Amino acid sequence: MASSLLNSSVTRVSQWLASPLRPRQYLELLNPLWAEQSCGRIEKIQRETDNAVTLVIRPNHRWQGAVSGQYVRLGVDVDGVRHWRCYSVNSAQRPGDETFSVTVGRVNGGRVSTYIQDTLRVGDVIALDKAMGDFVLPTDATAKLLFISAGTGITPMMGMLRSLRDSGIAADVTHLHFAPTEKDCIYFNELNDFARRPGFNLHQSLTREGGQHFDAALLDNVCPDWAERKAYVCGPEGLMNAVRTHWQNNELSSQLCEEVFQPVRAEVPAGAGGTVLFWNAGSSTEGAGDKPLLEVAENAGLLPKHGCRMGICQECVVTLREGQVRDLATGEVFGESGETIRICVCAAAGNVTIDL
Amino acid sequence: MNAPLHMTDEQLKSMTERTGLPLYLSDEQVEQFGKEIDEVRRRIMSTVGERDARYIHKVIKAQRWLEIGGRGLLFAGILPPAWLAGTAMLGVAKILENMEIGHNVMHGQWDWMRDEQIHSTSWEWDNVCPSSDWKHSHNHMHHKWTNVVGMDRDVGYGILRMSEKQEWSPFYLGQPIWNLFLAVFFEWGVALHDLEAEKLRTGEKSLKDTVPFLKGVWKKVRKQTLKDYVIFPLLAGPFFLPVLAGNFTANIIRNLWAYMIIFCGHFPEDVADFTMEEVKNETKGGWYLRQMLGSANIKGSKLMHIMSGNLSHQIEHHLFPDMPSNRYAEASEHVQKICEKYGLPYNSHGLGRQFGTTLAKVMRLSLPNKKAARETVTA
Ligand code: FES
Repeated sequence: MASSLLNSSVTRVSQWLASPLRPRQYLELLNPLWAEQSCGRIEKIQRETDNAVTLVIRPNHRWQGAVSGQYVRLGVDVDGVRHWRCYSVNSAQRPGDETFSVTVGRVNGGRVSTYIQDTLRVGDVIALDKAMGDFVLPTDATAKLLFISAGTGITPMMGMLRSLRDSGIAADVTHLHFAPTEKDCIYFNELNDFARRPGFNLHQSLTREGGQHFDAALLDNVCPDWAERKAYVCGPEGLMNAVRTHWQNNELSSQLCEEVFQPVRAEVPAGAGGTVLFWNAGSSTEGAGDKPLLEVAENAGLLPKHGCRMGICQECVVTLREGQVRDLATGEVFGESGETIRICVCAAAGNVTIDL
Repeated sequence: MNAPLHMTDEQLKSMTERTGLPLYLSDEQVEQFGKEIDEVRRRIMSTVGERDARYIHKVIKAQRWLEIGGRGLLFAGILPPAWLAGTAMLGVAKILENMEIGHNVMHGQWDWMRDEQIHSTSWEWDNVCPSSDWKHSHNHMHHKWTNVVGMDRDVGYGILRMSEKQEWSPFYLGQPIWNLFLAVFFEWGVALHDLEAEKLRTGEKSLKDTVPFLKGVWKKVRKQTLKDYVIFPLLAGPFFLPVLAGNFTANIIRNLWAYMIIFCGHFPEDVADFTMEEVKNETKGGWYLRQMLGSANIKGSKLMHIMSGNLSHQIEHHLFPDMPSNRYAEASEHVQKICEKYGLPYNSHGLGRQFGTTLAKVMRLSLPNKKAARETVTA
């Protein structure tokens, strides 16, 4: 009691002393992990294939833990700009050990994945968001499982498999994995080790070496009791669609758990606007491609905060949730979710969601 | 010949005579001028990246260490050399925080990094003026309406007469003294910017109207004064007084310096001011032109630029308020070339000249306009 009182008064005083900053903004001068915001240090970088690396990350005091299979957003500074990307946690949870790992595959032309592959070094500190998602093992440890993955879509499954192994649960798992060639198979050796365990039934299909793509016949063949299993799917859009349709057709959607990759962005025709969704107002309207979002909002009866209406005062800055916007001065189309924009000089470029 | 700011020929004539500026540009030329300024912005902003990010991170780190060092030394402030060094370091830290960091971050100069800790929406500075008030009175009113008498409250801060266009009253006879007060307590002048002191004087606004605004300011004032004048001195125990005196002095140092730099930005000789009439229907090019004619640079060393928050490049700052400040020097080279091309003045002099003529203006305008000047203004 006394010590918690002391603690809280120390906190109070240090806040007064640091104002208008916060105490941790001084502490972080000594160690970036003591920062106020959630971040982590790269402890190890391990090459999996020519185009995939695994990062082992030690998070700071803000970390609230992750369940294997969940995704976590990493904030990586590339050329001075912070980019956020989601990656699946593929390490098992170990009591007393906060580190976790993710595997990053190279995306052609992808700024962040290229940076992580080529430039990121052990010891670097990156920003983290809390782990999210329910792509995790069922609470019922006896449930029979079916994993369907392709390419780097295997990463969340790997997290679950390692968790099962480490907790000594002999689960009944069938795993269908698709990859172009053996060289592209991440965790190839570890997966084959798993295959020797009782209850684990692995079917790898190397599609560029004559292996089959996913279809109903293959599924029936490899896993005749698929309908009785809790199923997980993660991979490119084509695979996801095929699996989803199959489960829907059999009215088994509730047994299928999906993990989508970064959504594919639709090409926006030059100059086009789109539907503007005002997130916290809960309303939406059409926004022309050349009309500032501020005006669009005002015409919809909203009163967003603003000042100069010409892009110089920052009073109208809001958060972009989804979609992209067009800078009306330069014509540039830009925007990542979470980025802030000035609505007096930006118009919708396709459908957008903003937080007024 | 057309007027640059959509003035009538009469207005243009009067302005040209009054300011001595060569304002004979056609509408097309003004438009062209605007496009060239836009191009400078585009070119520089397209190369903003890692190097710039490293710069601001470095300045922020240096500033925090300086502050820690200064406050630490002040704890030994019973020894005169420690007091002097501590006070100086803290003063410099406060100047850096307000000018090269706070002011510029709040302009959104670093928003492109998408770092929520160094962002216009989240930054709170070490000043009694709350950031949200500042973004309104400064970013919006001052930057949009630069030197437009009656709109830009930086023209005189409600207590000084800094333009012939402001009507004279006997109150301004005391202006040299008001000016001194403003300089010494500049952060308070800034915090009370939106109080609209002149309206209180004329009775246009009652004291009661100001209560909500003052409440907001009080929240911030309480935090900052508690820190500098109560908590830190108390922590020093027996050395309460040296710490208190050091913190007070550091705040005054920052006030004087910030006042000087900011006044040199818009009030030296040959800087134009404008009327609402003159800026009616202003185009983007016209706006750029006004920003240029209404601002003045200070020549100096690299250190001088950093310590002024790069407001020594006031012209570039007014053309591109959201450009990272470390790039203004580069922008100024292009802007000067464009000015030469269009025969426009580019007001850039040493600190002595800029501040000297500013003080002269404070003195001169404490008296009513001379007859000739008055006629020109009312013409
Ligand atoms: S209203 Fe001023 S930047 Fe948008």
